[in-house]
Amino acid sequence: MLVFVARRLVVSFFIVLASTALMYALVAASGNPLHDLQEYNGPGREARIAARTRALNLDVPVPGRYLLWLQDVGRCMVPGGDDCTLGLDRQSQPVLPQLQTAIGSTLRLVIAATVLALLLGVITGIVTALRQYSTFDYGVTFVAFLCFSLPLFWVSTLLKQYVAIDLNNWLSNPEMTYAALLGVSLVAGVIWMVVIGGERRTRLVVFGISAVATFTTLFALLTTNWFRRPTMGLLGILLIALVMAFLWAALFAGLRPRTRRVLYSALAAAVAGTVVVALAGPLMRGMTWVSFLAVSVVIIGVGVAAGLVGGGHVKRLAAQIGGVTGLTVVVLMSIDQMLGAYPYVYRATGGRPIPTTGSQTPNLNGTFWQTNTDLALHLLLPTLAIMLISFASYTRYTRASMLDVLNQDYVRTARAKGLNERTVIVRHSFRNALIPLATLVAFDFAGVLGGAVVTETVFGWSGMGLMFQRGLTNVDPNPVMAFFLVTAVATVVFNMIADIAYAYLDPRIRLS
Amino acid sequence: MTDQRPSPGGHERIEAQMDRIVAADTDLLEVEPAAAGIPVAARSSARTIMNRFLRHKAAMGGLVALVLIVVLVFSSIGIGPFPGWWPLDYRVPQDISHGGRPTLQLWPFSLGEHPFGQDNIGRDYFALVMRGAQQSIIIAFLVGVIGSAIGTVIGAIAGYFRGWTESVLMRITDVIITIPLVAIAAVVAKGANGRGGVWLLGLFLGFVTWTGLARIVRGEFLSLREKEFVDAARSVGVPSARIIFRHILPNTVGVIIVSATLAMSSAILLESALSFLGFGVQPPNTSLGQLINNYRAAMGPRPWLFWWPGLFIVAIALAVNFIGDGLRDAFDPRQNRQKA
Repeated sequence: MLVFVARRLVVSFFIVLASTALMYALVAASGNPLHDLQEYNGPGREARIAARTRALNLDVPVPGRYLLWLQDVGRCMVPGGDDCTLGLDRQSQPVLPQLQTAIGSTLRLVIAATVLALLLGVITGIVTALRQYSTFDYGVTFVAFLCFSLPLFWVSTLLKQYVAIDLNNWLSNPEMTYAALLGVSLVAGVIWMVVIGGERRTRLVVFGISAVATFTTLFALLTTNWFRRPTMGLLGILLIALVMAFLWAALFAGLRPRTRRVLYSALAAAVAGTVVVALAGPLMRGMTWVSFLAVSVVIIGVGVAAGLVGGGHVKRLAAQIGGVTGLTVVVLMSIDQMLGAYPYVYRATGGRPIPTTGSQTPNLNGTFWQTNTDLALHLLLPTLAIMLISFASYTRYTRASMLDVLNQDYVRTARAKGLNERTVIVRHSFRNALIPLATLVAFDFAGVLGGAVVTETVFGWSGMGLMFQRGLTNVDPNPVMAFFLVTAVATVVFNMIADIAYAYLDPRIRLS
Repeated sequence: MTDQRPSPGGHERIEAQMDRIVAADTDLLEVEPAAAGIPVAARSSARTIMNRFLRHKAAMGGLVALVLIVVLVFSSIGIGPFPGWWPLDYRVPQDISHGGRPTLQLWPFSLGEHPFGQDNIGRDYFALVMRGAQQSIIIAFLVGVIGSAIGTVIGAIAGYFRGWTESVLMRITDVIITIPLVAIAAVVAKGANGRGGVWLLGLFLGFVTWTGLARIVRGEFLSLREKEFVDAARSVGVPSARIIFRHILPNTVGVIIVSATLAMSSAILLESALSFLGFGVQPPNTSLGQLINNYRAAMGPRPWLFWWPGLFIVAIALAVNFIGDGLRDAFDPRQNRQKA
């Protein structure tokens, strides 16, 4: 493993070297960096040209300039060096501080989009594969094709123009007529009916239950003015955590007597996690990333411990599910806190909580949760836009690879042995279906980064996309190269992680 | 022993002999059931694929839609020296009528004066959209063809020769894959725009979009080159170039066609993204992406300026994607087999 990582690092180093050299040459050849000044006729023309020539080293031929840029990058590798600039832009300003302010928002966007698209895409892909040729399958296939065919910036603009404005209007006055309420409930009923499927009677029952449940929930939320002062509370966390614990246990361990202890320990993990959340209450106001991580580790640890203590002969499985339950509690806790912070953000944004420009509200100065709520709200629409394409490709790939696995002989063998369908799907098929996805994620990451360039421009984020676009328009290589350096390193690292994940998922593959 | 080695050029004779033997074998297979009284129509694999494609409803829908769009786009305002049936020029501002709103009526069908409306300086938007769609289609087609050709050749050479050739070619591919496509495309497009029109833009974009196919074709070649028929060809002295193009490549044609089709649909989207960033087709020429970008700010008062080019992009890309999906199913029906 170490040898593998070391070798890959060496190879990756040369790949990044070559790709930056290629890009430097292409950027330098893409236009004339002095174009605007040479057409400029005002005073000080010569001095300005001289200044820019000095800043960009235009008196050195391109290969020499690339080596100078490499030197600038190399200075950043020296520990403690304070002359790390990543080169100067054409105004003779160092690039590094610009990159530092830009990188945060872009990475947030890219990571949020990748994680969400992966989760939703894999789940949808598995369900469509299990229900091949159903209405749901055809529907998702069509939606996926539509997502593949949508120009990103067109969607982003539509989201900005229609969704943001209407949603903001609605959130400032969250009311629904009975007709709208009924309509939403019926649509929800139809969606669940199509997703779950089954016999005619099952379908009708599913439709009825989900429509009534949607109606009641929405009605309760609207009458308690939940959308203005949303909250979940400890009781809410506990209830949802218990339900989720039950689901995790049912999905990954089954509810047979043999694995009953897993279910009990998962439920115990949910209760214990909620207790920790209650005890950590005083910490929430002054929370930082450090204390957040500490609380999360304690909650997950309690979950794992619950599994180990109560798991009996299925200790390992119980511990894993306990950990997952703990993670669920952490997520619920974060949602609860962010919901609590929402009214503050709502006031701070002047009653327009879904922003359409920028990556954060300026001068917010809130607590940990308030800042993060603000960031999350800013992420909402851009993430949705970028996600569509990745979501479509993950869905299609998961479906294809799951179908492939389900047709394998070992799945037939598993069925022939008399294993129940849950075990066949979760333990024998799911894991194997994930293998080809590992490469796709790495490949897709570069695509999402490219998408970020476009989406950031639409939503007016001053992230790396803007840096790239402005730099390229002005034929100003160093900001553009900073963008490439980050993307190339990220892609290479992701590829390496994908290979390691590949070997973990498929033990036949040796890392060497 | 030496006299048994095929003389230069002799391999063609042996190949022809082998073809005859195979043909005789196939004839035998097909004649036998017929002799037993069961009529069997001999079907070539091309025929089977064709039939499968023709039965794919979504793909046929896509094909019809695409043909209609292409005919509309190229016949309406004409191309180059050939005039079209639409009288207005996309460059000339007209008097604004109906407040610039679209006059297209679906029932009863009539185009009216300006079916897609007029832009803010009175240019006929139907002509503009047609012109933009022409440019977008030309670019997409060029990118698809050039990118696929380069990808096929590089993948084939890497997969067939292996060794250091493969290492070098695949490392080059890796290098280009590390860069987000939009970014590298933006850089080469900016370079192309300083020098020429859409044809050069399409050509340059083709130079950076071949990497995915190169990897796929290499994978196919790696497995096919170990097959017996390749050994047979090699043993009778067929030169490498002929093995690659005559013996192995026809077996990968499905993958290549599917990938080329999908490359065209993503090229349409790529071009629109580049035009949006300002690195695509440059004014006074226009493309669908550029139209959307130009009139993005007018979205509130004149939404049709934003909707029409967008709908054309989605329609073209969706049609091409469905065709690609149909081709994939036709060439590789394994994916579609019913669960046993």
